[in-house]
Amino acid sequence: MSKVKVRLGIVAVQGAFVEHRRVFERLGAECVEIRNARLLDECDGLVLPGGESTTQGKLARELSLFEPVRAAILRGVPTFATCAGLILLAERIVDDSARYFATIPCVARRNAFGRQNASFTTALDVRGIGAFPCVFIRAPYLESVGKDVEILATYCDRVVGVRYRNQWGFAFHPELTDDDRLASQYLADVVSYAARIRS
Amino acid sequence: MTQKDKDKDMSNISTSERVLVNRGLAQMLKGGVIMDVTNAEQAAIAERSGAVAVMALERIPADIRAVGGVARMSDPKLIREIQRAVSIPVMAKCRIGHIVEAQILAALDIDFIDESEVLTPADDVYHIDKRQFTAPFVCGARDLGEALRRIAEGASMIRTKGEPGTGNIVQATRHMRRITTELSRLKSCREDEIFELAKEFRVPISLVDETRRLGRLPVVNFAAGGVSTPADAALMMLLGAEGVFVGSGIFKSGDPAKRAASIVQAVTNYDDPKLLAKVSEDLGEPMVGINEDEIELIMEERGR
Repeated sequence: MSKVKVRLGIVAVQGAFVEHRRVFERLGAECVEIRNARLLDECDGLVLPGGESTTQGKLARELSLFEPVRAAILRGVPTFATCAGLILLAERIVDDSARYFATIPCVARRNAFGRQNASFTTALDVRGIGAFPCVFIRAPYLESVGKDVEILATYCDRVVGVRYRNQWGFAFHPELTDDDRLASQYLADVVSYAARIRS
Repeated sequence: MTQKDKDKDMSNISTSERVLVNRGLAQMLKGGVIMDVTNAEQAAIAERSGAVAVMALERIPADIRAVGGVARMSDPKLIREIQRAVSIPVMAKCRIGHIVEAQILAALDIDFIDESEVLTPADDVYHIDKRQFTAPFVCGARDLGEALRRIAEGASMIRTKGEPGTGNIVQATRHMRRITTELSRLKSCREDEIFELAKEFRVPISLVDETRRLGRLPVVNFAAGGVSTPADAALMMLLGAEGVFVGSGIFKSGDPAKRAASIVQAVTNYDDPKLLAKVSEDLGEPMVGINEDEIELIMEERGR
């Protein structure tokens, strides 16, 4: 898709990281699974997959991945997060003292729609894309977002997709559908970031 | 839930969407450890130790084995207490073929139902028609045919039927290897051979064809039964499991929280022997195991 060959780091401590890998490889990006900090500096983009945020957050700390990943995000490396990944990026989590990367000024509510019975799919109007198939699985939503956070998608007035500087966060799972448009948009961001830092 | 509510519930969501979100939940659990717990306190320990989900049980398999008699679905009160104690998904077991136990678990808003051979089967011919439920099901399988039969019935996740409560990994290893071998055979077979395979597996041709094209099961496959050390868990991942269930192995050991956290680490880093050495250190007493030829009750034979 692009002239600049980019390498994405898929944070792979737990969850549906293979699904992201399949999407981005389909789009022509090189993907590496990140389980320790070694390969992190060679990545032009970071992907935080769905899974259990409590497990992922704990493992990231134990594997000394936490500070390096946070530093990369703050340095401006384009970051794409879905579901649990979005929770890890939230500055605060409702009814939870845990804080993870906390790099997007917003407040997330975990399992916000309820247990698995309340999981659903729907088409939502995603900013810059149009109607997009959205898969919500024990999904969070954002109760509030900071003033510089761009809202990309809402469901019943709840924020479920945002962009903040170099970070893209979604409460749903684009990687579980065949629709690669969101991933492509993000990848275009990664390409221009890579071109910029390499020049 | 009244029948009317149920109809409304079902009409809100189409079957293919339900399949997507239910198989999807299993995908989110990948690379994780699902732990058996018997009370709210153990559930909280499991969550703090990094479990991706807990299995709510009245008795862990080792005790089911020791006590004997008929093992049934757990008390709903216990399940509710465990649901209140944690924020991760809560699973519970019903007996094979026990449609009403499954309906009761669904009414409790359970996140995943395990139609399990660990409990005494309620039906020696039929499994539950899992397509009739909104809730996802996980079922055990010893080979590819068994896995595909459960998927055809609507299972959203498969696990091996390693002998529960024994602390012995040998059966789970056998099932994992068998499924992998049979999958590679299916992947490399000629297209005109799928009709005969569908007969052998006793499943629709379309499911055999889908699996052949994917080169893997259409749902997530975990290892279960006999996992008691970080090395056991890593072995299962090495052999192709996408995550592990740990039953008696944790809360029958000397230091459950430490062992649980180590097994979680081992699943993520199964290909890093140095790290495995570190997390295997000083875990205290493991559960006492039972050898295959010492077992009186073979649970894997239940429900085929």
